[in-house]
Amino acid sequence: MAKLPVAVTDLVNQFGPHRHDVPPGGWASTGEPDRLVKTHCCFCGQQCGIQLKVKDEKVVGFEPWEGFPFNRGKLCPKGVKRYMQNDHPDRLLSPLVRAEGRGFEPVPWDDALGRTVAAMKRIQAEHGRDAYAVLTGASLTNEKAYLMGKLARVALRTANIDYNGRLCMVSAAAASKKILGIDRSANPWSDIPEADVILVAGSNVAECSPITTDYIWRARERGARLIVLDPRLTPIARHADLFIPVRSGGDIGIFNGMLHVMIERGWVDRAFIDEHTTGWDAVAAAVAKYTPEHAAKIAGVPASMIVRAAELWGPARTSFLLHARGIEHHSKGVENCMAAINLVVATGRIGKRGCGYAMITGQGNGQGGREQGQKCDQLPGARDIENPEHRRHMAEVWGVPEPSIPHKGVSAVELVEKIHAGEIKGLLLICFNPLVSLPDQGFVREALEKLEHFTVIDFFLSETARHADVVLPGSLMEEDEGTTTTVEGRVVLHQKAVEPPAGARADWKIICDLAAGLGVGDKFTFESPREIFEELRRASRGGIADYYGITWERIIAENGVFWPCPTLDHPGTPRLYEGARFGHPDGKAHFQPVEWRPAAEEPDEEYPIVLTTGRVVSQYLSGSQTRRIGALDTQYPQPVCEIHPRLAEKLGIAEADFVKVESRRGSVVVRALVVKTIRPDTVFVPYHWPLSRAANRCTIRALDPVSKIPEYKICAVRVSRIERPTDEEARLAPEAGGVQ
Amino acid sequence: MSELTFFIDYSRCIGCKACVHACEECDTHRGVSMIHLETIDRHGSVQTAPQVCMHCEDPICAEVCPADAIKKTDDGVVQSSLKPRCIGCSNCVLACPFGVPKYLVSLDQMMKCDLCYDRTSVGKKPMCATVCPSQALTFTTMDEIRETRAGVPVNEWKFGAEIVKTMVHVMVPPGVRAVEVEGLVQLGPKPSSRDPNDVADLLEEP
Repeated sequence: MAKLPVAVTDLVNQFGPHRHDVPPGGWASTGEPDRLVKTHCCFCGQQCGIQLKVKDEKVVGFEPWEGFPFNRGKLCPKGVKRYMQNDHPDRLLSPLVRAEGRGFEPVPWDDALGRTVAAMKRIQAEHGRDAYAVLTGASLTNEKAYLMGKLARVALRTANIDYNGRLCMVSAAAASKKILGIDRSANPWSDIPEADVILVAGSNVAECSPITTDYIWRARERGARLIVLDPRLTPIARHADLFIPVRSGGDIGIFNGMLHVMIERGWVDRAFIDEHTTGWDAVAAAVAKYTPEHAAKIAGVPASMIVRAAELWGPARTSFLLHARGIEHHSKGVENCMAAINLVVATGRIGKRGCGYAMITGQGNGQGGREQGQKCDQLPGARDIENPEHRRHMAEVWGVPEPSIPHKGVSAVELVEKIHAGEIKGLLLICFNPLVSLPDQGFVREALEKLEHFTVIDFFLSETARHADVVLPGSLMEEDEGTTTTVEGRVVLHQKAVEPPAGARADWKIICDLAAGLGVGDKFTFESPREIFEELRRASRGGIADYYGITWERIIAENGVFWPCPTLDHPGTPRLYEGARFGHPDGKAHFQPVEWRPAAEEPDEEYPIVLTTGRVVSQYLSGSQTRRIGALDTQYPQPVCEIHPRLAEKLGIAEADFVKVESRRGSVVVRALVVKTIRPDTVFVPYHWPLSRAANRCTIRALDPVSKIPEYKICAVRVSRIERPTDEEARLAPEAGGVQ
Repeated sequence: MSELTFFIDYSRCIGCKACVHACEECDTHRGVSMIHLETIDRHGSVQTAPQVCMHCEDPICAEVCPADAIKKTDDGVVQSSLKPRCIGCSNCVLACPFGVPKYLVSLDQMMKCDLCYDRTSVGKKPMCATVCPSQALTFTTMDEIRETRAGVPVNEWKFGAEIVKTMVHVMVPPGVRAVEVEGLVQLGPKPSSRDPNDVADLLEEP
């Protein structure tokens, strides 16, 4: 049922993505706005403060918000241009239903909601509750994330809810929990400038979290040393004291090799280890064989780099580790992160000024989105869905019998596999565009085409929403209010700038409407996001991610409040683990020994090159928002394949040639960008584009056994020069998946 | 004009173009960006460089203007051409040692960075330096920059025998007093055979 109702070109013509270049009223209109609204960027996990200019009830521009302490007015290009979405011609202004051969047709809200509820009821009655699933996103506010979890557990009573944070933060989260006991960056960003050495592992900071660049430079101006691990020489690596061009998947070689050298030279804090940790002997034993020479073979870099890294990191007085998807997007993502965190704990440099560790959250509410109960294994407050005590707490908050709360469901990729296998037959999706963002796109498309019923809540018709039976037009961040939790663990408030346009509806209202249709409207009587937050506070009370002491008044007055914040008079917790009190019941950090193992698919004779994927500065995630903003498209209009001149020469590829990057699962055709700034055994293609321009047609559906994160950062491909493609997809505009 | 002034640190630039996008949001020239962001040689490196108007003490653009259309304010800001006077001859475009002025065909006028005069004249910071995520562009006081940066600010440029002093400062290593453009050109590439921006070179054992 969920095949495209008409040809893709027809859908693109009607619903975009189209570039939008002009603010409401045109560029010529100036003058004072009616009001400035202090809020936050809708994009990445940095959640920069920004003021939106509102005139005639439209967002017409922005003004920097220098008073917000995290970014002090700084913004990246996405933040500067985010306001172009509010008056965008592609906005969905009516519920739509699929019409075979005709595309999508507008219907009244009651009709669209009624069809969805009827499908939910029918599928669950015929195939069991778990046959209807929910996929959500980590760009939702805490309130919406909480409500989606409640909709799944209380209204649908399905075990199968998961979210796209599964593609983002779960490896870091699992590693942090295992070693330190809490899934959150350990330090506020204000500790970064006080560090004497900074290790950035697998993070293209300049493009994916640009504001963080200044924090790192502030340390460097004081003389701090910077070590960067990346297969590509990124802008932050350009001036690093030590840039290690690690082979994708070879990070454990670097981390274990560094620890080996640090032990040998006495650069670990024995007193700290004895008093505040467990498991050291196993880690010391594990790294014994990681001599620089052995480790260098794994990492694919000269051994001298590993020794130098240990020399910079080992004896430092203060230090800060930052890591992101580069080490996390692996079938050993959790192990990669644990090997890195071991380096922090071994020096005892954590829980103090200038000493610590952070994972760089990718999505806007990447932190909060995983705490409020939309993860398949968690209840609100980062509670465990299989813990009887946690279940009882939530049953009480929700006013339902404890046994009625479903047990653990499956993760996002596994959920799509269950759709493919025919076990899940209905799907509600919000804030997720799997037809760009999931690996092995061909498989994902096949799965979506098998759904008996598919409803999508979105403000634009995303590539995935094209496959829906019912589309419910939702709201932008600036059209609603609610909280998010930033990369620092700081809970901030998004203020409403304008109402959703006529025909669209605030997401939280849509969720409540669906719950009412399912007969549990009495448990979804919220009149505002603030009322949802009040329930969320109680739900999180006593949990690890405790928000009980946080109120919207406090957030405004204090420029955000850091969780855990258990009581109204608690100041919040900017820095975790002070006094070396870790999050485990025994108060200690638990070292985890890590052994390197190969990726799910290493290069071979047939597919001899490593493909790695990632982001560019002017596009965000699946591009459903940023590919609609003209200025951001102009900056990076279409994906390219970064390839080293040595490899390009061997393959007969010249600058700007079209190349086919092909794996065992699929291929992508893009132009070549021949650059010396990448390893000669590796090519890079950014993933923000759809159809034949989707890098994820090549990537592998291999998951980390613990975190279930897909292995986006390494798969085997071959690359060849081809003629310019002229097929129907290639003739689309580049923002829609064509080529130029 | 307060004691706040403009500093460029080229080494911090990450090429994100936040400055380019923010510039066109400025009310005096909405929709037209006045800042230049140069990609030096993408094949060889990721280096990029932002260029605002340097606001010369003796602006060459104004000196060569036959229509006397380019004015400097009392606080040192060199303005875009005056629309009634500008004859679109592009003398300024050719003469500026920093390549800053642009002749806009659609307006038949030269326009350039005016340090966000509508903002800076009322105590706000220019758009580009406010948003710049890496603070390669910074608008602050001389005291602050000396306290917080390892480099030192200079505002003297030597183009051969010609010395140009600018209001905008650039950050250079300690000990450097002026930027000698001719010297930079003559120095050329470093003698080392290893290219620090070529990953293949970095992967070879030293």
